[in-house]
Amino acid sequence: MAASLGRVCKFGLLKSNYGTLFNQQVHNFSTTNQWSKGRKVLLACLGVTAGGISALIYALDQSVKAFDQVAHPPNYKWDFYGMFSSLDHRSLRRGWEVYKNVCSACHSLDFLAFRHLVGVTHTEEEVKAIAAEYQVQDGPDDTGAYYMRPGKLSDPIPGPYPNEEAARAANNGAYPPDLTYIINANHNGENYVFSLLTGYCDPPAGITLREGQYFNPYFVNGALGMPQIIYNEVIEYADGTPATASQVAKDVVEFLMWASNADFDDRKRMTIKVIAFGVISLPLVIYWKRLKWTTVKNTKLLFTPRYKRQ
Amino acid sequence: MFKIPISFIYLPTPININYMWNFGSMLGMFLMIQIISGLFLSMHYCPNINLAFMSISQIMKDINSGWLIRLIHMNGASFYFLLIYIHISRNLFYYSFKLIHVWMIGSMILFLSMATAFLGYVLPWGQMSFWGAMVITNLLSALPYIGQMMVEWIWGGFSINNSTLNRFFSFHFILPFIILMMVFIHLMTLHISGSSNPIHSKSNIYKIIFHQYFSIKDLITIMMIMLIFMLINLQNPYMLSDPDNFKMANPMITPSHIKPEWYFLFAYSILRSIPNKLGGVIMLFMSIFILFLLPLMNNNKMKNIKFYPLNQFLFWMFINIFIMLTWLGGQMIEYPFTNLNNIFTILYFNYFIFSFMLNNLFDSLMKNY
Ligand code: HEC
Repeated sequence: MAASLGRVCKFGLLKSNYGTLFNQQVHNFSTTNQWSKGRKVLLACLGVTAGGISALIYALDQSVKAFDQVAHPPNYKWDFYGMFSSLDHRSLRRGWEVYKNVCSACHSLDFLAFRHLVGVTHTEEEVKAIAAEYQVQDGPDDTGAYYMRPGKLSDPIPGPYPNEEAARAANNGAYPPDLTYIINANHNGENYVFSLLTGYCDPPAGITLREGQYFNPYFVNGALGMPQIIYNEVIEYADGTPATASQVAKDVVEFLMWASNADFDDRKRMTIKVIAFGVISLPLVIYWKRLKWTTVKNTKLLFTPRYKRQ
Repeated sequence: MFKIPISFIYLPTPININYMWNFGSMLGMFLMIQIISGLFLSMHYCPNINLAFMSISQIMKDINSGWLIRLIHMNGASFYFLLIYIHISRNLFYYSFKLIHVWMIGSMILFLSMATAFLGYVLPWGQMSFWGAMVITNLLSALPYIGQMMVEWIWGGFSINNSTLNRFFSFHFILPFIILMMVFIHLMTLHISGSSNPIHSKSNIYKIIFHQYFSIKDLITIMMIMLIFMLINLQNPYMLSDPDNFKMANPMITPSHIKPEWYFLFAYSILRSIPNKLGGVIMLFMSIFILFLLPLMNNNKMKNIKFYPLNQFLFWMFINIFIMLTWLGGQMIEYPFTNLNNIFTILYFNYFIFSFMLNNLFDSLMKNY
């Protein structure tokens, strides 16, 4: 059986290997080392071509994405995109100002508490002052009554409406979603929200909007329940940065990026550690393995048939 | 008592196994990662429909290194499946299912892992969690007579509710330990005969000791996969997950595209390609169950697909079919995709039949030599 197999494979599998005895012997346990060079090159070319074609098809599919009628946001060059780039904390601080002065009229940040802002956008003293501006319900007190008190660091950031129904009633039936995870909750979130905030335009002919709806090409069916709220000079920044519309949108998106990914900077910092660890230890382990295996890999078992020994 | 560790240290291992034999150790590694990170998560997670989403948010924002543990657990599942699929394709390639006990236990591990991953995906109680659970549990209603009853029994009510979440959490906690036990059986049955080897000669011809040779070799791939894993966790952690799961579950709003995690997409495509509900469920089940049949179907003489050139071609086609099905599972149900879906579903099952027939054909051709 084995011999016939050899004949079928043109002796490729079982051909005697004396020739390699004094050559490089490391690869003798691989099944592909018996292949001719041409065959290997051919196969490699085939693989590369197949891979290339699939990559092309994938790229085409990704670039068109023309299945639904919605404008796809362009990819902006965010400063936090680099492998080691943290969020811009000055921008976060301005972003909080935008949220507080603009978005908080309609949107909540339910999953954030004031204490989360400490050391991120403001100092502890500043956050305490910010929290104290809010009135929070607490209780029951000694008499069993609920009472209002100024906010503390540990309080969640109060939202504008007590519940979804109240929010809908105030916004023509549209529900302003919670903004904490809005970036992660959308494909390409940061670019989407930025484009959404800055992308309002007049509706094209043929599209009728209901009362309280505004046209936005980036929203799924174009009719968004949120009016354009970001204009040039919509707020005045405490640090004196000119509040152009794109600046305001950028800052609030960066802030929301942090709200969705509070671990963002930690992740970037840990990347450095992981890469440093990998760069040092992986080559070491590979070296260790080769060291350990060298005897095994260089062992040559030679079988000489009896008739040759005579 | 010391038998088990000793069997790992002194295990005689075929000298010529290649890097494709490293995936088992990586899988063991990821199973342990999942169990340990899951244990820590369970200390802070609240299995309650009102608190679950909030408690995950709290783990991400407030618990020390909670974000890291959570991301590891989340992406660990994806990596586990990536590795298990490669592990299984290795077995298809080298006909390793000839180690029949190992293979049967292994296929059961796959089944249980899929169940565990599904249950785990429900726990964060996001939109996709809820609607994924809705779609999958509803599949049972296709069973004749008892279907609806079974669904309500599993839900513990007339809809997916708090008790559903509670029991899913319990099962998600216990199943990994059952998997772990089966992994030990997997290894025990493997160590009875020892590993097969790429040219499928009698492995006993030339074996070397496991520890130091293969433990170090395994360490290389473990470190490589861990590096990739950590880089994904740290750089782009939500690459493999659905944005909709960042919205809290809302039974009143159905997401526009309900789809499972990427590792279930191939099966999801197969499910969707059958117009009949019960038929779809059966095919979904068969897509995995067919693995159990492989050792019974193949009685080929040579044990490496390289000796069967046509089978080798078919094997790589199968890998592509699997990838295509995975891609199709994420697409919408409309013109080109539905048709492609049907074609690739047929091709998926055809692989198992054709490879078996081609084996036999080639064997009978070879008989004359
Ligand atoms: C006048 C109230 C109001 C203000 C102020 C407001 N929004 Fe909105 N927003 C809404 C409403 C209402 C919706 C829901 C729209 C819908 O579903 O049609 C919404 C929706 C959104 C959405 C979700 C779009 C989607 O894909 O579903 C985002 C993101 C958003 N707002 C961001 C912001 C940001 C950032 C700010 C602050 C700069 C802000 N909004 C200020 C009312 C407001």
